[in-house]
Amino acid sequence: MADLLTAEGVRKEFGGLIAVNDVDFVIPERSIVSLIGPNGAGKTTFFNMLTGVYKPTAGTIVFDGHNVTGKPPHAITERGIGRTFQNIRLFQNMTALENTLVGMHSRLKGGILQSVLRTPGLRREEEGARKKAHELLEFSGLRGRDDEFARNLAYGDQRRLEVARALATEPKLLLLDEPTAGMNPQETADFTAFVSKLRAEQELTVLLIEHDMRVVMEISERVTVLDYGEKIAEGTPQEVQRDERVIEAYLGTAAVT
Amino acid sequence: MDIRDAFRRYRPGFERETTRRAKRAAIAGLPAFLILAVTGSMGLALIIATIVFIALYVPAWDSLPLGHWIVTLSVILLAVLYPFYYPNLFELPIFGAFPSVDTGVTMLIYIMMALGLNIVVGYAGLLDLGYVAFYAMGAYTAAWFASQHFSNVTFHLGGVGSFGEKSSVPGIHMTIWLVLVFAGIFTALVGIIIGFPTLRLRGDYLAIVTLGFGEIMPQIANNGDNLLGYNVTNGPQGINPIDPPGFGNTLHNAVGLPSDYLSSPTSTRLFYWTALVLVLFTVFCSMRLRDSRLGRAWIAIREDETAAAAMGVPLMRTKTWAYAAGAFFGGIAGAYYASFKSGTFPGDFYFNISVFILCMVILGGMGNIWGVILGGAFLSYLNQEGLANIGAWMNANGVSDAVFGHDIDVPLYTSGIFGVILVLTMLFRPEGLIPSSRRKAEFREGVSDEPLYDVQH
Repeated sequence: MADLLTAEGVRKEFGGLIAVNDVDFVIPERSIVSLIGPNGAGKTTFFNMLTGVYKPTAGTIVFDGHNVTGKPPHAITERGIGRTFQNIRLFQNMTALENTLVGMHSRLKGGILQSVLRTPGLRREEEGARKKAHELLEFSGLRGRDDEFARNLAYGDQRRLEVARALATEPKLLLLDEPTAGMNPQETADFTAFVSKLRAEQELTVLLIEHDMRVVMEISERVTVLDYGEKIAEGTPQEVQRDERVIEAYLGTAAVT
Repeated sequence: MDIRDAFRRYRPGFERETTRRAKRAAIAGLPAFLILAVTGSMGLALIIATIVFIALYVPAWDSLPLGHWIVTLSVILLAVLYPFYYPNLFELPIFGAFPSVDTGVTMLIYIMMALGLNIVVGYAGLLDLGYVAFYAMGAYTAAWFASQHFSNVTFHLGGVGSFGEKSSVPGIHMTIWLVLVFAGIFTALVGIIIGFPTLRLRGDYLAIVTLGFGEIMPQIANNGDNLLGYNVTNGPQGINPIDPPGFGNTLHNAVGLPSDYLSSPTSTRLFYWTALVLVLFTVFCSMRLRDSRLGRAWIAIREDETAAAAMGVPLMRTKTWAYAAGAFFGGIAGAYYASFKSGTFPGDFYFNISVFILCMVILGGMGNIWGVILGGAFLSYLNQEGLANIGAWMNANGVSDAVFGHDIDVPLYTSGIFGVILVLTMLFRPEGLIPSSRRKAEFREGVSDEPLYDVQH
């Protein structure tokens, strides 16, 4: 399998604080990779560099054969990286369908003049987009919620809508930032099954930040562990579980000795 | 399925909504009725007006198939026929007579500007305190292309006003219709140029920079009589006269269209109807844009910039389009106003106009086209006639004497009164008179848009 994303020596400094320290990282195509680590380890910062929200201080990120280091978020999304947010950032006062349509922004062409004239081509495009958005919502388990305002959806459904919206960008790589945070065990199990289904049916590569070890161990093929901005371990879930440095980072030195 | 079936299918909602609206109308109508009864202005016209209001407002037309067209077309018809029936209308208590057609023209032009600003503020959520710059740009475009200002060139294009086809008149004289298009395009370009450095900023910072641009414009206009050696704006004297709208002699002789509005005996009506067409054009474009891919992107940016960018919405480009679209309509409105007033002066473009237009958008309901039209109509009416009428009524009925001890000149306090209106709006109905359903929720529940960027794109 080829590598879909390669990050080399990626580093981020906030003033004197080194949030991510020269991390090397690869994501093979069609895999599910997890990024774990204690709170404040730099996981989300790393995520934000991949998606262009932050510019790395140093290092390069190559996605699908293109150097995307420091590119603006919309350009990276256009290349094929879709994401969700740790704390849900839906467009609260737009309907589920509209949220999904916004996700399709970079895949649609309708310009300002066509929109005003509502040309036949634009009409077709809009109809197609609506149909596709509707299907995506159904796929994500939001059947019949098309016209519901995002803010009125249940918490679990909001998480699903975030995924539907990210899928609407037609990503090759989907980044999920703590998708099961705040979910109950049933919702978490549903969601884990959903992510596996995603990979199987949509031929996606998934990068997951997750705290729930059961989820991580169940679905990921590779796990990378960050601590204080440094990569301390990498490998299969079993390997990582046995790694002394990982146990130390999570439970303290006493647990190892 | 025949029509009756369709009707039956929609009917449950229709009845419930109609009852709700009837109650609402009754609650609002009762105090109005009492005031009217006390002041004794209960004419036949008032009864007709009440019937029209009830027929348009109370039934829930929009829940019927084709229903919203009934209301829309009726309102357009009422607006088109206004010049014919307004002299026969009753006098409102306190506010006095209904606005004249002349005031109607100004109202419509302000409504158009408010609709333009609504795209920037209401849709994309970019607070623009310098919208007057676009109005000025439009007005000066009209002045350059349809007056004797550049008297060392003689260039005529299309059928222009009273002297349009006498090619000996110096200056650039283009037909107003072309000038309006030019004004729109030029102003949109200015919007893009201004937008480029400013739209990188967020919230308060953007407001302050736009405020700066709004202040720069009248200064340039004021000192533009010697801009790098060229007389661009004719300085404080302004540029006048500007050619009136018209279709020229050829079309006049061929199909009877007015050759030039000013020479027509019903010139004010012509100005009014043209302004109405421009407003309808703006409404049409606003609606189409709102429901387009671009409109969705604007709303997404307003709700959460970071998320919008992560979903593939290019922030700079999308915001710049909002500026350009808003500027486009502001420019056309400015050019038409300049042609209507037959002149443009730097003194017309001060900060208070920006705030005035912003007030219309806020009072009416940000993001809602009908709300903005209502806000624009009401405030520009107050500014043109309403406050003077109220003042006259207060002085004549001893209210001024009782409260202030002497007669007062109410229009003197226009800014103060608008300030009070704005404060009251924000206190009691922050979402505006007719809010869009989205905006209402935002104002009641708040939006969270914490910046997450250390770089702006």
